[in-house]
Amino acid sequence: MSTPSDDVLLDIHRRMVRIRTFETEAGRMAEAGKIPGALHLYVGEEAVAAGVMVHLSNEDWITSTHRGHGHLIAKGGEFDRMFAELFGRATGYCRGKGGSMHISNMDLGMLGANGIVGAGPPIAVGAAFSTKYRNTDRVAVTFFGDGASNEGSFHEAANMAALYKLPVVFVCENNGYGEYTPQAKHQAIVDVADRASGYGMPGVVVDGMDAMAVYEAADAAIERARAGDGPTLLECKTYRFFDHVGVRGMGLTYRTDEELAEWQKRDPIHMFEARLAELDVLSKDSAQAIHEEVLAEVRAGIEFAEASPTPDPDTLLDDVYA
Amino acid sequence: MAEAEQRELTYVDAIIEGARTILIEQDNAFIAGEDVGGAGGVFGSYRGLLEEFGPERVVDTPISEEGIVGLGVGAAATGLRPIIDIMFMDFMGECMDEIANQMAKMRYMFGGSAKLPVTVVTMSGGGRNLAAQHSQSLEAWLCHLPGLKVVAPSTPYDAKGLLIAASRDDNPVFTVMNKMSLANRGVVPEASYEVPIGKANVVREGDDLTIITYSRMVSESLSAADALAQDGVEAEVIDLRSLQPMDTDTIIESVAKTHRAVVVHEAVRFGGLGGEIASQIQELAFDELDAPVSRVGAPFSPVPFSAVLEQTYLPNADKIVAESRSLIGA
Repeated sequence: MSTPSDDVLLDIHRRMVRIRTFETEAGRMAEAGKIPGALHLYVGEEAVAAGVMVHLSNEDWITSTHRGHGHLIAKGGEFDRMFAELFGRATGYCRGKGGSMHISNMDLGMLGANGIVGAGPPIAVGAAFSTKYRNTDRVAVTFFGDGASNEGSFHEAANMAALYKLPVVFVCENNGYGEYTPQAKHQAIVDVADRASGYGMPGVVVDGMDAMAVYEAADAAIERARAGDGPTLLECKTYRFFDHVGVRGMGLTYRTDEELAEWQKRDPIHMFEARLAELDVLSKDSAQAIHEEVLAEVRAGIEFAEASPTPDPDTLLDDVYA
Repeated sequence: MAEAEQRELTYVDAIIEGARTILIEQDNAFIAGEDVGGAGGVFGSYRGLLEEFGPERVVDTPISEEGIVGLGVGAAATGLRPIIDIMFMDFMGECMDEIANQMAKMRYMFGGSAKLPVTVVTMSGGGRNLAAQHSQSLEAWLCHLPGLKVVAPSTPYDAKGLLIAASRDDNPVFTVMNKMSLANRGVVPEASYEVPIGKANVVREGDDLTIITYSRMVSESLSAADALAQDGVEAEVIDLRSLQPMDTDTIIESVAKTHRAVVVHEAVRFGGLGGEIASQIQELAFDELDAPVSRVGAPFSPVPFSAVLEQTYLPNADKIVAESRSLIGA
């Protein structure tokens, strides 16, 4: 197990802050009516994306979910083009054709957010097949939720990945809810990682609010994949601070405010900043400066998006076919 | 040389030769599907390829259609050129999300940044007493999905040439083969060649009516045309070859000459491609028509098992003749 250097710790921290700030401001923009459509925000789950993605390069592939902004940001997505996409502008990563639920960047190895729950794992298996076919040491990481672990696509992909010993890491972001249904009402198990043994791969459970724990577990799983030893199912126990869709976190009928408050006590960014302060890696003031710097970048991204042109209607039929 | 050009192959051997040509020509191409390797394909359409190209390029998969098609999508998006086999077209029900929501849409949703050069080979059609879940002609499902191309070879020549063309296309292409045509023989050049996607083939010329068809119904339509000719009625027969995109120009050109059209497919008539073709003809050539466009297709029923029921169900030359006679008032 490698111990992360100070630079890596700061990198993880910055990725988390970038996600939190982007998502918070995106939520504000949606509530102000500036972002159309549905927005599934990643606030609360930042440690997972950051702790995994810090191990990957642009040549490693990921598949994402409907809650995908955090994955793209952690993979290197730029705020200006991301906001432009959310605003439906021609300068967006998908030229305004995809929006929040399909945001992607092939150059960064990000095979798209996905509006279909459970659609990503089979695609990640294909990406991993591709890297193995070419004899590279690149890996594919597929993010999915506890809800998606009940889709047949997950099971088919897990079986094939283990059978072919493909370099895939299955990262289950177990936030306790499949949309609005609590985990206990949608599956009879507590740990999704238990399912790994049914496919002949290791299953690991980590605290998904602890970026260091995610970093270490992801390190092992990704190294295992790179070494040609096959897939791992890494379950990260985490929590959605906002609603399934949109911003509102409190006053929901399907979960209690007390439950949210308990999880918020373990805010992944607060916990990580406390840890970094203990380690003398990041002072409170320096952390504050990073938050402000990132906020300025987010605001610049929003300005870029708002100043960007909407798509030319003549581009409607572009890219249906190559 | 002239002799070599006259070499005949069966439809199934033409598929094998097409697939083999692709694996030879394209290093990034591989075949994946249920029983494509060790068994050589349940229809024999990949016989010998595992032995020649090895298990990295001829990949036996679990019975997991959604996983298999997803593997094709992910591999294609990341630079390979997969040939994905869905043993029976009926099994698309198991993988329709990966087909409809991922494969067909990924390029568009991503603003053109992704390329999906995946070929899907599948087998359609009745006539073998395989009953309701192994006999369907579901090409209309695919043609309704922007982002996919769909071809339907009627002959050994087209099976090889369309398969090679599909594999060279940078879009997802479904090559819908026909299981009753597997033993049919026809001239197939040994060299590599493409049958262009999007271009129909006028397989018989005539002035009195146009029969627009594809896949196995091409041979039934040609038999029907021979029968009609005995009565002095000359039918033009168009083999569409490519269903999406569709060569509407060739259809309209023919209808402008014959002024009568009948569309023939094995698929269920209601909601089938015949409705789309009839509609295009009336939109683009209403003034050329001397009669409404008529359609021959299967009745609105699942495909039955018992031979007598199945033969009653399937369109054939006699039904095409009857519909054609009614159309021209003969």
